[in-house]
Amino acid sequence: MAKSNEPLFWSLFSAGGVVAAFFVPVTLILTGVAVPAGWIKEDDLLLLVRHPLARVYLFVLISLPLFHWAHRFRYVAADLGLKVLGVALPIVCYGAAILGTALAAYVLARL
Amino acid sequence: MPEKTMTLEVFRYQPDEEEHPRYQNYEVPYREDWVVLDALNHIKDEIDGTLSYRWSCRMGVCGSCGMMVNGDPKLTCATFLRDYYPSAIRVEPLNYFPVIRDLIINMEDFLHKLDDVQAWLIPKQEKTVEEGEYLQSPAELAHFKQFSMCINCMLCYAACPVYGHSQEFLGPAAIALAQRYNLDSRDGAAESRADVIFQDVGIWECTFVGDCSRVCPKNVDPAGAIQQAKVTHTKQFMKELLAPWGNR
Repeated sequence: MAKSNEPLFWSLFSAGGVVAAFFVPVTLILTGVAVPAGWIKEDDLLLLVRHPLARVYLFVLISLPLFHWAHRFRYVAADLGLKVLGVALPIVCYGAAILGTALAAYVLARL
Repeated sequence: MPEKTMTLEVFRYQPDEEEHPRYQNYEVPYREDWVVLDALNHIKDEIDGTLSYRWSCRMGVCGSCGMMVNGDPKLTCATFLRDYYPSAIRVEPLNYFPVIRDLIINMEDFLHKLDDVQAWLIPKQEKTVEEGEYLQSPAELAHFKQFSMCINCMLCYAACPVYGHSQEFLGPAAIALAQRYNLDSRDGAAESRADVIFQDVGIWECTFVGDCSRVCPKNVDPAGAIQQAKVTHTKQFMKELLAPWGNR
C-alpha cells in the first residue's frame, strides 16, 4: 500500500490559505483603499513594488493562493462528480496554478 | 377526542424478492415523548410484523438504530416525533450501504475498514500482569478521549458525499478511530496504521465537507481527526523529502 503524494499539494494549499487570509486583505487595503483615498501616492507604491523584497512578497502573494484555489477547486469538482476525469482534473487545476505562478514571475521580473 | 396520529413513510425492500424498493405508509399514534424508534416498534408490534430494522439499547449507546430520517442520518432512538409533527416522516436505510432487507444495511465494508486500521490498542511493549498497569495521565487521556466516544453507528458514512462517490474511501469513523489509538500514549502501532490511513483512499480522499462531524450523535469530530492526520502525514512527508538521510 503506497502512501500518498498528496502532502505536497496539501502543504501548498495550507500555505496558500494562510497567505490569502493574512496578506491579501492587507494588500487590498493598500492598493484598493489607501491609493484611491490618496493616503499613499501611486508613484510611491510603484517605487516600493520595484524593491526586490516587495517583488518576492508579491510573488508569494500571487502564487501560493493560486495553489490554494487549485486544491479547493479540484475538491469541489470531485464532490460534484468530476472525479471521473481521473488524473486530468488535478493536471488542469495545478497546471493552471503553475501557469499563473510562471506568469507572475515573468511580470514581476519585468517591473 | 380522537388520538393524534402521524404518518411514517417507511422504505421497504427485499432484494431477493423485489426488483425495486417501495415506500409503505403507516399511521402511528403521535406522542410527544415518542422517538422514531418507538413509532417503528409500534408498527412492528401492532401493524406490520414484517418490517425489519436494527435496534438495541434505545439510549444512544449501541449505535444500531441509525437510519435516514427525512434524508438526514439520525439515531432513531434520539429523534423525536415532536420535531416533525404534523408532517410525515420518511424513514430510509443509511445512505450508500447495500440493503439486506427494509431498513437493515450491510455493514461488512465498515467492519473490514475497522480491521484495516487496527482499531484497537497495540501496546508499545507488552507487559506481564506482574509488571502492572499501563498508566496514563489525564492530559494524555484528553488527547484522544473525544474520538473514543465513537459508537460505530455509521451515520458519518451516510453523511459523507466522498464515501457516496467511492466506497474505497476509508471513511470518517475508521479514521477517527485510527486516530483515537494513534494519539493514545499507551499505543505503539501508529507506524503500521500509517500504511493504511496515509494512502490516497485514506485521509487524502477526504474533501473536507465536514458533514461527518455535523451528524455525529456523540460529538466526535471525525473531520478534525482527518485534518490532524493530514498534518501528521505532511510533517513526515516533508521530513523525508528534505532530510531523507534522517531518522523519522
